[in-house]
Amino acid sequence: MTNGLGAFLDNLWKLPQTFRESLIRHGAPTSDRARSQTVFGNFFLHIHATRIHRDTLRLRTTWGLGVSLVAQFLILTVTGILLMVYYKASTDLAYDSIKDLHYVVPTGRFIRNIHRWAAHLMVAMAFLHMARVFYTAAYKAPREFNWVVGMMLFVITLMFSFTGYLLPWDQLAYWAITIGANIAASPNELAHALGLPPAFYLGDIQKELLLGASTVGQEALTRFYLLHVMLLPIVFGAVIGVHIWRIRKDGGLAHPAGTPTPAGKGVGTMAPSALAPQDQPDKTYGLMAVVKGSSPHTGKTMDETVPAWPYLMRAELLIFMVNMLICVALGLVFDAPLRELANPAVPENPAKAPWYFLGLQEMVSYSALVGGIVVPTIVVIGLALIPYLDREREPSGVWFSGSRGIRVMLLSIVVGAALAVAAVAVPVNFGWLRNWFPNIPQIVIILINPGSLLTAAYGVWSVLVVVRARSTRMGAIALFTCFLVGFAILTYVGTNLRGPNWDFYWSKSQWPLH
Amino acid sequence: MHMPGRLDPPEVPRRDFLNWAGIAAATAAIAGSIIGMARLPKPSVLPEASHRFRAGHPAEFPPGTVKIIHDHNVRIVATDEGVAALSLVCTHLGCIVAESPDGFKCPCHGSQFSHDGKVVGGPAPRPLRWLEISHAPDGSLIVDKDREAPPNRFFKA
Repeated sequence: MTNGLGAFLDNLWKLPQTFRESLIRHGAPTSDRARSQTVFGNFFLHIHATRIHRDTLRLRTTWGLGVSLVAQFLILTVTGILLMVYYKASTDLAYDSIKDLHYVVPTGRFIRNIHRWAAHLMVAMAFLHMARVFYTAAYKAPREFNWVVGMMLFVITLMFSFTGYLLPWDQLAYWAITIGANIAASPNELAHALGLPPAFYLGDIQKELLLGASTVGQEALTRFYLLHVMLLPIVFGAVIGVHIWRIRKDGGLAHPAGTPTPAGKGVGTMAPSALAPQDQPDKTYGLMAVVKGSSPHTGKTMDETVPAWPYLMRAELLIFMVNMLICVALGLVFDAPLRELANPAVPENPAKAPWYFLGLQEMVSYSALVGGIVVPTIVVIGLALIPYLDREREPSGVWFSGSRGIRVMLLSIVVGAALAVAAVAVPVNFGWLRNWFPNIPQIVIILINPGSLLTAAYGVWSVLVVVRARSTRMGAIALFTCFLVGFAILTYVGTNLRGPNWDFYWSKSQWPLH
Repeated sequence: MHMPGRLDPPEVPRRDFLNWAGIAAATAAIAGSIIGMARLPKPSVLPEASHRFRAGHPAEFPPGTVKIIHDHNVRIVATDEGVAALSLVCTHLGCIVAESPDGFKCPCHGSQFSHDGKVVGGPAPRPLRWLEISHAPDGSLIVDKDREAPPNRFFKA
């Protein structure tokens, strides 16, 4: 009995220590080995490599954009959960609950502002992140598939934004759902133009699945709420996990090879010095059938790597804090907008989407099917396939792949901008096919409109560059640059140059008064 | 040595057969349940008001009347020939068109229609819809938003 009681008291005495040992199964991260174990043995950290190349810590390798996106996602998740405490997904109550959040709930306005700003920043940074990865050729083998995963995340980010700004059930929300659902139904245009019977109106099925009805109402709000707070976060979380995990599996971030280390400066000092031959490990470890090669890293680039703990963690924390700071600052200064209560009888004039969809809205104003479905699908698939169509081996991590790439990019900016401006200027000044031939069949307008021509012209220009430069990488740079420039110009036109009835105005001061 | 051929195929070992049968059964079950689940979000009854509505008694629409019924986004026009109903829902992406001197304009993407609903500009793929009108037993006018009528056909009240 005494022995049993003694053991019990002894265990009780040691409880803090044994519990800690069971929680953290390695010593304090004071040695490189323990630091590696910290990352390797921690569920939340093990998505990182245990050691990373020191060049990948340089700000200008990544500009911290990927980590920023994760940071924005975390900020959005936390603020989103807080908003859900008061938000009511009902057409009668949603608008009032947002007003309550804005005027009554303690910190409600601030939290909603942060949520809104983080959402905007996330879309903007997704573009920047994509551009960084593209222009440094970081999509090349073995990272092709991770580029595809990134495109998925990009599309889901836009779906998050779309489903999110519907929830306040104001004018913006109501008409955005109406337009979105009708874009989903726009394949009907083709069926109708071809004279097919109603059984071919597949668009109606898509619209009904989105809205749960034939018009926008409570069912639609419930469905978009479900997407925004449940389905999309689950999918997004899983895909983010794959995206980050594959960075590690694909050999870390792309970075320029053999970058000289500035002596005694910055991260260079963190690296352990190169091991002299006699000090190199006698034994290498082959992880059979798990890791390619017999001795991952050992003796090869050992001297170029640093432990992820603490250097990477510190960098990530810094970027996270910077993002928090930006969101908090913006949230303190600028309020998230709330329009008038949804009015199914009168759309706003002009009824404009948030900035990132205004380029699409411009395209949709040429043709719903082409601008809303066909061109976006071609663009997303086209961008996703770039790593498979451009397989030139070259050092990754070099911006624009050198001076030739810079020339192609600059030229593509000019060409892409000229084409995009023409695509807007011609219909604005001269009208389009229907103005010239009033009885033209609709199928011709679906096929031939400024949006489809612009997309085709960008494709032709990229192929021309491939042929002239004899390089698929140069063609890819041309295509991607055109995409960015076209997006920017159409977004600018939609944001600043379109007024009531989507008419063209050089400035808002020229808008008619009513 | 025994050579398997077309008439004498190699035997499938029982273990392999059971293996494949098991995988096939599981695949079929999962695929079947996914199809079954996909059926759920597609409503069999639309949770909304009827698309037929009572516009009013014919006496409310003497010739020359133009009345917009905002709850249904329908514009009733009455002439000497009778009454006609024009849907104000843009055939492009469903915004509500507003009257302009030349006809109708859509605020969302700039579609333009003439007074009788014909497309004269912008992305709209087809004319504004004229709707069927009928009599209710009490004599009032019923407009059916699901049934399209030929343009400018006036209903004799």
